[in-house]
Amino acid sequence: MKRSVLLVALCLWVPMLVQGVARPLGDDPEVEARLKALSSELRCLVCQNQTLADSSAALAEDLRQEIRALIAQGLSDQEIIDYLVARYGDFVRYRPPLKATTLLLWIGPGLLLAAGVGGLWWVLRRRNARLSDDEEKRKEA
Amino acid sequence: MKPVLKYLLPLAIFLVLVGFFAASLKHDPREVPSPLIDKPAPAFRLPVLNAPDKTFAPEDMRGRVWLLNVWASWCGACRDEHPVLMEMARSGIVMVGLDYKDDEAQASAFLSRSGNPYTIVVVDADGRVGMDYGVYGVPETYVIDRAGIIRYKQIGPITQKALREKILPLLQRL
Amino acid sequence: MIPELGHLALILAWLLAAAQAGFAFAGAARNDGILMATGVSAARGQFVFCGIAFVSLGYAFYANDFSVLYVASHSNSTLPLYYRLAAIWGGHEGSMLLWTTTLALWTVAVTLFSQHLPEVFRARLLGTMGLISLGFLTFILFASNPFQRMIPAVLQGRDLNPLLQDPGMVLHPPVLYMGYVGFSVVFGFAIAALLGGELNPQWARWTRPWTTAAWVFLTAGITFGSQWAYYELGWGGWWFWDAVENASFMPWLVGTALIHALAVTEKRDAFKLWTVLLAILTFSLALLGTFLVRSGVLTSVHAFATDPQRGLFILVLLGGVVGGALTLFALRAPQMGLGGRFGMVSRESMLLAGNVVLLAATGTVMLGTLYPLFLEALELGKISVGPPYFDTVFVPVMLPAMLLMGLAIFAPWKHAVLTVLLGRLKWVMGVSVAMALLLPLMLGKWTPLIALGLLMALWIAASAFVSVYERLKKREGGIIKTVVGLPRAYQGMIVAHLGVAVFIMGVTLVKGYEVEQDMRMSPGDTAQVDGYGFRFDGIREAFGPNYMAIIGHFTVTWNGRPVTILAPEKRHYLASDTPMTEAAISSGFFRDLYIALGEPMDGQAWSVRLYVKPFVQWIWAGCLMMAAGGVLALLDPRYRRRNSAAMEGTA
Repeated sequence: MKRSVLLVALCLWVPMLVQGVARPLGDDPEVEARLKALSSELRCLVCQNQTLADSSAALAEDLRQEIRALIAQGLSDQEIIDYLVARYGDFVRYRPPLKATTLLLWIGPGLLLAAGVGGLWWVLRRRNARLSDDEEKRKEA
Repeated sequence: MKPVLKYLLPLAIFLVLVGFFAASLKHDPREVPSPLIDKPAPAFRLPVLNAPDKTFAPEDMRGRVWLLNVWASWCGACRDEHPVLMEMARSGIVMVGLDYKDDEAQASAFLSRSGNPYTIVVVDADGRVGMDYGVYGVPETYVIDRAGIIRYKQIGPITQKALREKILPLLQRL
Repeated sequence: MIPELGHLALILAWLLAAAQAGFAFAGAARNDGILMATGVSAARGQFVFCGIAFVSLGYAFYANDFSVLYVASHSNSTLPLYYRLAAIWGGHEGSMLLWTTTLALWTVAVTLFSQHLPEVFRARLLGTMGLISLGFLTFILFASNPFQRMIPAVLQGRDLNPLLQDPGMVLHPPVLYMGYVGFSVVFGFAIAALLGGELNPQWARWTRPWTTAAWVFLTAGITFGSQWAYYELGWGGWWFWDAVENASFMPWLVGTALIHALAVTEKRDAFKLWTVLLAILTFSLALLGTFLVRSGVLTSVHAFATDPQRGLFILVLLGGVVGGALTLFALRAPQMGLGGRFGMVSRESMLLAGNVVLLAATGTVMLGTLYPLFLEALELGKISVGPPYFDTVFVPVMLPAMLLMGLAIFAPWKHAVLTVLLGRLKWVMGVSVAMALLLPLMLGKWTPLIALGLLMALWIAASAFVSVYERLKKREGGIIKTVVGLPRAYQGMIVAHLGVAVFIMGVTLVKGYEVEQDMRMSPGDTAQVDGYGFRFDGIREAFGPNYMAIIGHFTVTWNGRPVTILAPEKRHYLASDTPMTEAAISSGFFRDLYIALGEPMDGQAWSVRLYVKPFVQWIWAGCLMMAAGGVLALLDPRYRRRNSAAMEGTA
C-alpha cells in the first residue's frame, strides 16, 4: 500500500522534474495526421517543386490552415481535394485523377510491361524457329 | 510489319517525341491555367480600401465588363505592371483592385504616390477571397463579362503584349 | 586577359573537334593510317584546350573577376574558395563547359586505352565522339559562352545560389557528368559497329568495360545527389521523382539493362541489335536529360535559368545525334545475323526478360515525367505527376526484375529447366518468405508492403549468398582464398546484387518505420519520438563566412542516456538575401536522427521537425555497393587481355 502511494507520488513528480514537454504543432493529432497525409500529395503552387506539406511559402501556410478548417467542418479527404481542384485545377494533385485524358498515364506502365514480356516471348519463339530452319537447311546442303 | 519497317520504329517514336518537345518550348511550365475560366466569378463581399463601412461584391458589377486585378504594395511585379494599368484606366477599362494580404496604409500610400487605376479597391486582408479565385502569385487579373462569368485570367503582370493580343481583343468581343 | 585566353582555347578546341571528326572519318573511309592518327592527335589536343578553358574559368572565379558576366552572376568575393571553384559548374554556361571537358577527358581515355581496337573501328569511334563534342562546343561558343565580359564590371558578384553552397556541389555534378558523358563512348562504339557492319561478341567485349565504367560513375553521381537532397533540402526525403532526378534515373535504368544485354551478346553472340539499340538509347536519354534541365519545358528544383533559344539549340542537337544514330540503325539493322541459339528458359532469356522489365520501368518513368508536357502540348489541360504516382506504378513494374535477379544467377546458359532451378532455390524461397513474414512482426508493425519489400531484399540477398556458397563447395582450400580467387566479374555481380538487396531493405524499412513529428518547442522542452528524447536547449546566433545563422541546440537521449547533440541551423545568406534550412543529422547503422528547425513562434518557441529514420543510410550504402560491384567487374583480367582478344576474332 505504502509502496503504491510512493509510486503515484513519483509519477506525479516526474513531469515536474523535466522542464517541459514539447507540444505537437497542431492541437489535434488526428487532424494533423490527416493534414499531413493530404498535403503531402498536393503540390504547392508557389514553390512548384514542393508539396504543400513541405513548402514554407505563405500561400502553402494559408492552404494548410484552410485544410485544417475544412477537416474541422467535417469534409472528407476527397471533398477537400475537390475543393482545392475547383480553385487551382488538377495541377495541385501530385496523384493525377483517373479520367479520359490520364487513362494512358495510369494503364501505360502495365501496357508497357505486358507488351514487353509478350513481345519477348514472341521474338524468342520465332527466333528459335528460324534458327531450327537454318540448321535443317545446313543439314540438307 | 515489313521486316525493314520495324527497324524504323525507334526513329519514328523519337521523332514524335521531338515534335512534342518542340511544341512545349512555347509553353511556360510555371503557368497554371485556372479551372475557373467560363465559370461564374466566385461571390464575395469585402470592405473598400479607406472606407471600411462601404463594401463591394461582384454582383454590383452585373451587366458590365470588368477586370479584377489582384495586387499588393509589397509585390514588385505589381509595380512593373502599374504603368500598363494606368494606361488601361485612361482608355476607360473598368478595373477593381483586390488588395491581397496587404497593409492598408501602405496600399493607400502606394496608390496616392503612383496613381490609382482602379474604379474601386477592395481589401482582402487574410487572402480568403484570393484563395476562392485560385490566386497563387500576385499580380493576377481576371476578365469578367456582363453575366459575371470569368472569361480570361492573366497570370503575372499584364504586359503590353498580353494587353494587345489577349485582353483588348477579348474586351472588344464582350 | 585570362578569360579571353579561355575563350580562345574554346575556339581552338572547337577547331580541333572538327579536325578530330573530319580526319578520323576521312581516314576510316580511305583506310588511311596517317589521317586516322591525325584524328587521334586532334582528340588529345582538344582535351588540352578544353582543359585550358576550364582552368581559365576556374581562375576567373579564384580571382573574383566580376567583369566576367558568368562569374558575377554565380559568385561573390565572400564565398569560400572551394565553393567559388565549385561555382564553375554552378550555372548553365559553366556546367556546359564541364560537360565538354568531361567529354574530352573520356575521348582521351579512349585514345589511351584502345590500342587493341582495329584502326578503322577506333577512327569511327573517335569521329563520332568528335561530332558530339563539336555540337556541344558550338552550343557553348554561340549560345552559352561562360567568358562573356560585362562592361562595366560590377564590384561584387550576385553569389552562388545558397542551395548549392554545399560539399555535395563539389562532388555530385562532376561525378554525374562523368556518368552521363561516359555513355557517349558506348554510343560511339555502337555507331562505329553499325558503320562497319560488324557486330559480334568481340564488339560486346570491347564495349563492356566502358559501359561499366560510365555506369559506375552514374550510379555514384545519383547516389551523391540523393544524399545531398536528403540533408540539404530539409524535408528528409531522398528521392522526389523530380523531372531532373528522373532524367538521371532513365539512363541509369537503360544502362543497367545494357550491362546485362552485353553479357548475352558477348557470351552468345545473340540479340546484337537489341544491345546496340540500348547503347544508343542510354546516351540518348542522357542527352534528353540535358534538354529537359536546360530548356525550361518542365519545372524542377534543378532547372537552370532557362531560355527557349537554348532549348531549341539543344533540341536540334538532340535531334541530330539521336535521329542520325537511329536512322543508321534502321539502315544497318537488317544485315545483322541472329547469333547463338538458346531455350525459352535459360540464362539468356532471363537476362533479356530482365532487360524488358527495366525498359518498361524506364518507359514508366518517362511516361510520368513527360505526360504533363504531352497534355499541355495537346492543350488537354495541366496536371502534375508526382511521387504518389511513381510510388504506385514503379514498384509493381520492377517486381519481376527483382524476382529474376535471384533466379537468373543460377540459370545455366543455353538451356535451363525451371523445375530444377526452383528445386535448387527452394530453401532460398522458403527462408526469405518466412523471414519476410516474421521480421515485420518483430519490428512492431506488419503491413503487406513491408513484408513484400523485405521478401524482395531477402530473396536477392539469399540467392546471391547461396550462389557463392555453391561455388565454395566445389573448391578445395581456404574459404577466403577461394572467395578472393573467384572471377572478378562474378564477384562484381554478387556485390552489385547484394547492393540492390541492401538498397531495397533500406527503402522498405525507412518507409515502413520512420517516425516524423512536427513540434512546437520552447527552450527546456523535451519531445519523445520513437523512444528518443529530444531536448531543446535553446538557440544562439553565429556568423558564417557569408551568412548569419541561428543555431538550435538539441540534446538527444535514449532511456535517459545522452546519445548525441544536434545543432540544426537557419541560415540567412547575405549576398543573395536568401534563407536556408540546414538540418542536423546523426547518422548511424540502424537509424538516423534528423532535426530541421522551422520558424520562430510566439515567445521563445520554435516549430521543429523531428525524424527518426531507421536504416536510411542503407539506401546509399546499397547504391555504393552497386557501384563497387561495377568497379570489381572492371578489374576482371578478361578486359585487360587486349591483344589476344583482338586476335581471336571470330567475325
